[in-house]
Amino acid sequence: MLLDLVAAVRAAGVPATPDRVQAMFRAVDATGPGLLYWAARLTLCGSPDDIARFDAAFAGFTRDAEPRGTPWQVRRLPERTLFRTESARDEAVAGDPGLAVKAAGAEVLRHRDLATLSAAERAEAMRLLTLAATVDPRRPGRRYRPWHRGRPDPPRTMRAMLRAAGEPRLLARRARRPRPRRLVLLADVSGSMAPYADALLRLGHALVQGRPRWTEVYTLGTRLTRVTPALLSPDVEVALRAAGQAIPDWRGGTRLADTLTEFLRRYGHRGVARRAVVVVFSDGWERGDPAELGAAAAHIRRLAHRLIWATPHAGRPGFAPTAGGLAAVLPHVDALVAGHSVAAIEELLREASL
Amino acid sequence: MPGYADPAALAKALAAAGYLADDGLAVAGFLALKLHRPVFLEGDAGVGKTAFASALAEATELPLVRLQCYEGLDAAQALYDWDFPRQVLHLRAVEAAAGGTASAEDLEAGLYDRRFLVARPLLQAIEQAPCVLLIDEVDRADDEFEAFLLELLADAAVTIPELGRIAAAEPPLVVVTSNRTREVHDALKRRCLYHWVGHPSPEREAAILRVRLPGVTERLAVQIAAATARLRALDLVKPPGVAEAVDWAAAIGALGADTLGAEITAVTLGAVLKVKEDIDRVRALPLDHLVEATDAP
Repeated sequence: MLLDLVAAVRAAGVPATPDRVQAMFRAVDATGPGLLYWAARLTLCGSPDDIARFDAAFAGFTRDAEPRGTPWQVRRLPERTLFRTESARDEAVAGDPGLAVKAAGAEVLRHRDLATLSAAERAEAMRLLTLAATVDPRRPGRRYRPWHRGRPDPPRTMRAMLRAAGEPRLLARRARRPRPRRLVLLADVSGSMAPYADALLRLGHALVQGRPRWTEVYTLGTRLTRVTPALLSPDVEVALRAAGQAIPDWRGGTRLADTLTEFLRRYGHRGVARRAVVVVFSDGWERGDPAELGAAAAHIRRLAHRLIWATPHAGRPGFAPTAGGLAAVLPHVDALVAGHSVAAIEELLREASL
Repeated sequence: MPGYADPAALAKALAAAGYLADDGLAVAGFLALKLHRPVFLEGDAGVGKTAFASALAEATELPLVRLQCYEGLDAAQALYDWDFPRQVLHLRAVEAAAGGTASAEDLEAGLYDRRFLVARPLLQAIEQAPCVLLIDEVDRADDEFEAFLLELLADAAVTIPELGRIAAAEPPLVVVTSNRTREVHDALKRRCLYHWVGHPSPEREAAILRVRLPGVTERLAVQIAAATARLRALDLVKPPGVAEAVDWAAAIGALGADTLGAEITAVTLGAVLKVKEDIDRVRALPLDHLVEATDAP
């Protein structure tokens, strides 16, 4: 009977590993079957998401002993192929005229607007982008390391003295050991940003692959989606498909202020944005009150080390940040950069490394 | 350390220590005592995770050892450290007294004596066991520290190269808390009893206020619990926890009021809301509304 519960909980998506199950048996043994719910929940779950799944599975389990199907409906969306690169890759390989031409082409390609590229050019641009996506912002950590200048290092000085039987030696010094700084990428995937969304997610994938522990990627649309787990898969196509399934509002409208506020409530204020470099990739088209968007940007600015706003329009001639949303966020951003071409994104990454 | 027959008995003992635990927490505490498994508590700030550990220590009559985690916490600050200045002093003193006749081996053995070892919380817990070891806000420490913690929790013993192995007579009762500012590694959670501490129901919160602040009237406690529940429903940046509700009640009590009115709410809002945007938002709402709804029994 207990194994049926374990099977139902596993089917619901809770990773009930054998050692957890063993702990559950011991817990049920200690509490008696009357407290089965708590004994099982305390031992099998590992996060609030697990608890929601567990509750659904448990409800199904107690209703009838034989749970039918999957008790917890994992959100499934029709599979959409977001990225049309398979055919493009073939073309690029088939029509490869020679390396010299390609190298010159790459330089031109780096400055072309991503939205205007053909499928083959796009595939090449993505390759360039992936190569460029190495960024490693650092911040001073709490721990020290030996250094040739800086404040004195009493323990090390003392140890040197100890070795010399108490005679004073050279004064050892220490400095803060640098630690990786978190990078948060907030990518707008609404309809108006659709031509860039593919490139953004690929950039996100490359960044997550480079520093999995220090990179977070979220998509903004009508709602906020955390796509970091999807992008952890090393194969870019698999990762993008998983991300596409996770994003419910692909090419929909934008509620920029609301989704940024949601980011702050659920993740940013709690620690994700603190001391991080936050890059918002959005055209800033906001239907709601621009003041609200400005307040959200100001809040992110207060939490984050740097707030960088990238907008594809900034790369076009005659651009001025006068659109309601952009004008509202402008006083709060550290840098407003273009993000329309590979060269512009490289520039953005240099900005993020500061 | 008294034994408990079932979770209800433990809940009663916790209540006597001033902590009203819900069923899940009581079962978690009971299982921790019975199975010697650490309890991993996650939840918003101020819902009573740390208070649970102190209440557990009081209920089980065990000493509480607390390790506050922060970034950059390492073994020297969490486990033990050698007292270098005292060692040097010892060397100098021996030198002065013996005039260079002391043998090198004796000197060295004397240097790595237990009295030169500074026990930090984790070593204290192992030496004092049985005790309650509170590892507070583990999400603030680096993840390297988690790996180190795992090793320690697994066998409740440390090996100090110069002194040898120090093992706990009985594994300490471990309570690990996290505010979920980052995801703690699954390997650590796997070895623990995981409990998500939510906000209490208004009835329980009113009871908690009465227990924590005996001077607060029943009516005020009920009003504050209901108003706090309404504030939590407002989708604020930092929804108030139980700790904030207790602060609020204490602030109102200190001002000599015995009911929650619109004026007193307006002036004491800073005790319950700690983010300017939240305060602005609540101030913009009709405060009467917030209070009026709480007047109904």
